[in-house]
Amino acid sequence: MATVVVLGAGIAGHTATAFLKKKLGKKHDVIVISPSPYYQWIPSNIWVGVGRMKVDDVRFRLEKVYKKWGVIYHQAKAVSIYPAGDVNNAKPYVMAEYTLDGKIGEPLKVEYDFLVNATGPKLNFEATEGLGPNGFTESVCAYSHASEAWEKLKKVFNKLENGEKQKIVVGTGHPMATCQGAAFEYILNIAYELKQRKLSDKAELYWLTNEFELGDFGMSGAYVKRNGYITSTKIFAESVLSENNIKWIKRAGVKKVEDGLIHYETLAGEYKTQEFDFAMLIPAFAGAGLKAYANDGSDITTTLFAPNGFMKVDADYSPKTYEEFNVKDWPQTYQNPAFKNIFAVGIAFAPPHPISKPQTSPNGTSIFPTPPRTGMPSGVTGKTTAQNIAEWILNGDDSLKHHASMGKMGAACIVSAGFSLTKGQAATMTVNPIVPDWEKYPDYGRNINYTVGEIGLAGHWMKLMLHYMFIHKAKGYPFWWLIPE
Amino acid sequence: METNNKPKAYYEESYPPVPTKSVKFWRSCMLWQFYRFIILNYKVMKIVAFGHN
Repeated sequence: MATVVVLGAGIAGHTATAFLKKKLGKKHDVIVISPSPYYQWIPSNIWVGVGRMKVDDVRFRLEKVYKKWGVIYHQAKAVSIYPAGDVNNAKPYVMAEYTLDGKIGEPLKVEYDFLVNATGPKLNFEATEGLGPNGFTESVCAYSHASEAWEKLKKVFNKLENGEKQKIVVGTGHPMATCQGAAFEYILNIAYELKQRKLSDKAELYWLTNEFELGDFGMSGAYVKRNGYITSTKIFAESVLSENNIKWIKRAGVKKVEDGLIHYETLAGEYKTQEFDFAMLIPAFAGAGLKAYANDGSDITTTLFAPNGFMKVDADYSPKTYEEFNVKDWPQTYQNPAFKNIFAVGIAFAPPHPISKPQTSPNGTSIFPTPPRTGMPSGVTGKTTAQNIAEWILNGDDSLKHHASMGKMGAACIVSAGFSLTKGQAATMTVNPIVPDWEKYPDYGRNINYTVGEIGLAGHWMKLMLHYMFIHKAKGYPFWWLIPE
Repeated sequence: METNNKPKAYYEESYPPVPTKSVKFWRSCMLWQFYRFIILNYKVMKIVAFGHN
């Protein structure tokens, strides 16, 4: 009997768990260690942040689902990995600390044959002074943050209704933050809500971003075929913002936030400020901070993890310039090179390099987005890793024949721009592959025939449909496995 | 004397293309959007189906 331990129960970890248990059945153990008792469908947090959904619409308790599946679940936070065991026992294990009420802080030791690291990111608010719910800005990166953001936004709406002018700033809160798509959705949803309340004329909206050009989204932008033209996402993004009377500040790295004031540095090296009454800024992401130890107790964290805390996998991490970046640098199996029974999926794996072109200000500040790995890539890497591990266990086949390179994988992104079944809107965008392949597609880096970029009510229906479909899937309801990642 | 008729030019946000009334109409026209919903689902499914091995 084999034991597979999955760290984390987000989109990547939960998908991996679901497929591992489906394939391995009762003969093998699947153990999940996750600090939160809930699964959350993060893409719908945007709607929690504008009061269109309640927290319980986007989350559910994991325990009941895992009990039904026969998965062993520990509500705990993984702290360290012993990939070769210790002096007493060569069996690899993970050390964790319970986060369950009544057992908080108690240690937990779990042995494994295979380990899937799907811890997701640490929301690194500390990397920017004054950022985040404990500082002066809001976040929509977790359902609790989104709910708090909505409470603050309601107050802004009240002030606007009383005739007060308000400045709303949304974007990235660190010079190298990623996940621009979520912030972009949030500002468009705020614009929509203002319009519905006839308050647009009293609010000033600003999109503040570390992108070199709008529409970069951390993936070096994209081109879409539309109305007889091949158009850059720069034009697409600027058009959407302009239509919604949103001003923008680009090439900006936020350095510090004070009450009502954002300090940022531009790529030109200027230090500027932006006033705000309400701000939602995405923080930098870092690895979950796991440590690793050899069997003699020596620290081997740098063997397993990159300096940013994300886990090393089968990528080419050799330093390269933007011109040398190659799609083949990106991992295919997500297997750790030092310990073959360890995998990292979703945001937990260390990307080999950015997708956007690295940019540095004259003061030496790097101002550009790091690569996104949320949404579709998270689900796909979770599933393919589960398939590889299951075949290894069941058939002894360690060839890892299932691949999921972001240099081959396509992705769809549906950017909500208003929640209503009859008046709502969303921008539907697709790219294939996610990481541009300039050798295969020398003109645009991607297959232009697989691109979509259009705005309309249909996009909102799609986003809403995906919300219900993926919650259905995550709960393991009938035929869940038919819903693709 | 202040005027509300300030020129809306030479601002960054004044350059991008903005949709006409007709484009906005089709974006929210139920029948047309239902048709686009089918097409978009097909296109996204193609990406999902052929996007990874």
